[in-house]
Amino acid sequence: MKKIISVVLALALCAGILALSGCGGTQTVELDTSRLVGNYDVPELRGTEINVYNWGEYVSDGSEDTLDVIQAFEDVTGIQVNYTMYDSNEDMYAKMKSGGASYDVVIPSDYMIARMIEEGMLQTIDFANVPNYSYIADDFKNLYFDPDNAYSVPYTGGMVGLIYNTTMVEGTPDSWEIMWDEAYSGQILMFNNPRDAFGIAQFLLGQSVNTTDAAQWQAAADKLIEQKPVVQSYVMDEVFDKMESGEAAIAAYYGGDYLTMADINPALAFVYPKEGTNIFVDSMCIPANANNKAAAELFINFMCEPEIALANAEYLCYLCPHTAVLEDERYTLRDNEVLYPQQEVKTEYFYNLDRDTQDLLSRLWEQVKLA
Amino acid sequence: MKPKRALSNIYIALIMLFLYAPMLVMVVFSFNGTSSTGVLDGFSTKWYGELLKDSVTLQALTNTLILAVTSSLIAMVLGTAAAVGIHSMKKKWLKTSVLTVTNIPMVNPEIVTGVSMMLLFVFVGRLVGKSDVLGFPTLLIAHVTFSLPYVILSVLPKLRQTDRHLGEAAQDLGCPPVTAFFKVILPNISSGIITGLIMAFTLSLDDFIISYFVSGPKFQTLPIVIFSMTKKKVKPDMYALSTLIFLAVLLLLVLMNIMQARAEKKEKKAQSARL
Amino acid sequence: MKKTSLTAKLVNAPYIVWSILFILAPMIMVVYYALTDRDGNFTLSNLTSLSDYTETFGRSIWYAFLATVICLLLSYPLAYIMARSKVSKQRTLMMLIMLPMWMNFLIRTYSWITILNNTGILNTLFEAIGIGRVQMINTPGAVILGMVYNFLPYMVLPIYSVMSKLDQSLIEAAQDLGCNGRAVLKTVIFPQSLPGVISGITMVFVPSVSTFYISQKLGGGKFMLVGDAIEMQFQSAYNYNLGAALSLVLMLMIVVCMLIMNRFTDDAQEGAMLF
Repeated sequence: MKKIISVVLALALCAGILALSGCGGTQTVELDTSRLVGNYDVPELRGTEINVYNWGEYVSDGSEDTLDVIQAFEDVTGIQVNYTMYDSNEDMYAKMKSGGASYDVVIPSDYMIARMIEEGMLQTIDFANVPNYSYIADDFKNLYFDPDNAYSVPYTGGMVGLIYNTTMVEGTPDSWEIMWDEAYSGQILMFNNPRDAFGIAQFLLGQSVNTTDAAQWQAAADKLIEQKPVVQSYVMDEVFDKMESGEAAIAAYYGGDYLTMADINPALAFVYPKEGTNIFVDSMCIPANANNKAAAELFINFMCEPEIALANAEYLCYLCPHTAVLEDERYTLRDNEVLYPQQEVKTEYFYNLDRDTQDLLSRLWEQVKLA
Repeated sequence: MKPKRALSNIYIALIMLFLYAPMLVMVVFSFNGTSSTGVLDGFSTKWYGELLKDSVTLQALTNTLILAVTSSLIAMVLGTAAAVGIHSMKKKWLKTSVLTVTNIPMVNPEIVTGVSMMLLFVFVGRLVGKSDVLGFPTLLIAHVTFSLPYVILSVLPKLRQTDRHLGEAAQDLGCPPVTAFFKVILPNISSGIITGLIMAFTLSLDDFIISYFVSGPKFQTLPIVIFSMTKKKVKPDMYALSTLIFLAVLLLLVLMNIMQARAEKKEKKAQSARL
Repeated sequence: MKKTSLTAKLVNAPYIVWSILFILAPMIMVVYYALTDRDGNFTLSNLTSLSDYTETFGRSIWYAFLATVICLLLSYPLAYIMARSKVSKQRTLMMLIMLPMWMNFLIRTYSWITILNNTGILNTLFEAIGIGRVQMINTPGAVILGMVYNFLPYMVLPIYSVMSKLDQSLIEAAQDLGCNGRAVLKTVIFPQSLPGVISGITMVFVPSVSTFYISQKLGGGKFMLVGDAIEMQFQSAYNYNLGAALSLVLMLMIVVCMLIMNRFTDDAQEGAMLF
């Protein structure tokens, strides 16, 4: 008799969901395929699959009347996308290195791309298959991590800044110093990944974020340990909920994400601190052990479609490297101060560190977390 | 006596409040009008709609069910055979050592089981030069492995209760051993097997920690998808999903309860009739 | 007779092969990785560098200990009350206690954030009645609460199952002999329920000491436990060797704890107690 029970469980689950499919059901935004530039009807790729590994909240996903980009790609090409997400460059690197999982498209940041190229983890892209690369703005070409434009296609860019809640913070902060301020103890959110977290301490200490001096790294670690008592929590994308709801007053995060938060909580303000900040470019790459390179290139080309790039630019609110989007009148963020500041912002790229410094950094980061 | 009973009822109520407060939050917020999981604002069922649109979650739900069904069936067959084998072992040391090994997945912290299996799979993957070993097969192996002890330990006591001579008697009467097993032993231990199967099934449905380490991008189960959902901006659609699961489980348990009560009543009646 | 033992061997073979491949081999992998460096050379440096983790281990054990004690204090009276209720009430209470176990533990833990937040449900309530805000989330207390919440049923169920089998006539006999309530509890009920208590303690302590999700979500990533340290090595720091060393020590620590626990009960049941 009990055998029935397990069947009932399965059925009840399905039934519950099916019953609801009748009601509910919000509108979906359809892609106007006639506006696509490239050709996505490739019969030999139909029915194949690709593994895409991307940051969380990093593609227009169909929620609340936006375009579901992944779904659109699947519909147009007939390729199945196994889409998974990571939190930080380091998480992605660890997963790729494990040798347990292979991906066809990943979207790391600059310094991680340099590291992966150095370690032979990426393969060159056949740009004949990515004609939409021509839309990428020249400022985003020949960047330090891929000087010959062989391995990467820029997806977004941005700068890290200070987000604060004007109802909770007095005055207008302009320095990373406020993240150490005891007056805001328990209301500060800090990055939960080593490179970004150390970056903030290093800017504050006036160091280069790419220093090879172990003593400087140690000093930055001490600074982070000193900060620990005032930190509410170490976050990545959890920052959205916490800042939007007023749970925390101050956070350091990526500029584009501030715009998403400010949409929901207008009391939030943003500043690029005077000590300087990190500038980054995240680019699409194909790992060396990709199983379906042709489909990966098709995917990258699709992401560079003007319509798709626009949907993503509007959804993500990150800096857009796509010339057609920048010229498109539907693009609402062209004059945005956060993305395209009028005043000069002092910035520094993260570079790939040598192996010893990498090991030191991950050891120090653990010390900070375990302290 | 009376105030004492009231006191104990209050105590039970408080514990239940503690156990069910988060569930209540979840159900209430699944009907939230906005995307917040912190502030209630209006009523809507749109999150249930969003959930249905979410092909990733639905795919993960299917995957979870496929995995739970296959892994629990394999664990059932393998575990029953193992229990029969262990039961008939004559050498004491062998029996104890096999049982000790059987217990390892039960007493080991889940995270250790998870990482140890991942290390094994990755190591073997490197040996054979495959860079994408993690996927459905590794998940299946892991789930069968952690379910096995539960099946074995629910079948063993039933075997012990079964008369040792039953099988032998059947064989003496000319029954081949295999037939003797299916005709004589199996009916006696079937309730243990089914308990084991159900345990294996539910363990597999709910497992996150071990799956987290041995899964790959091609085959994501529901707990893993939920994990990545809690890492980003959490939307009430996750709560909608949990509310549905909650309802399904509630329904199931109530059914089980009623059936059990009925069975017991029947037995009682039969007993009193016999008297 | 010979035939039977041959069949037994055949029946046993798949399981023995399975357990060597997927229970013992992974354990060997943990030891292997713990004793080698990234290039596969023998080293003890992973184990020696564990001295940096003394505080983390200490914190994990302390939190898990507190959670276990709280679970025990909450569960014992509950199990006692349950065992003495009417059968139908017992069944309903059992169901209510088991139901949360079937729900995804990630979501249940996540719901607590909504309750405990500075702007959460409890604090809104506190402010409304004039107590003012209390910092609850991102404290050690929240982490321990998460453990108690998630693992409470594992304590209630074994104690209840022992208590419900308690011979009522023993209690009556003790009462007839002039024992008051406290004495009955001390001399009759508690000693008899001990196996359930011990099994409950292990079932709560082991997952508490090795958990990794609860501390990240409810502790804000500020109170790292051993589980977090292991997860970090595997999922972001990419240092499998150190991760394996941490797992090895965690595993040994738990085996030692279990051995000590088993001293307390002689009639270790075949089950979770074999170690």
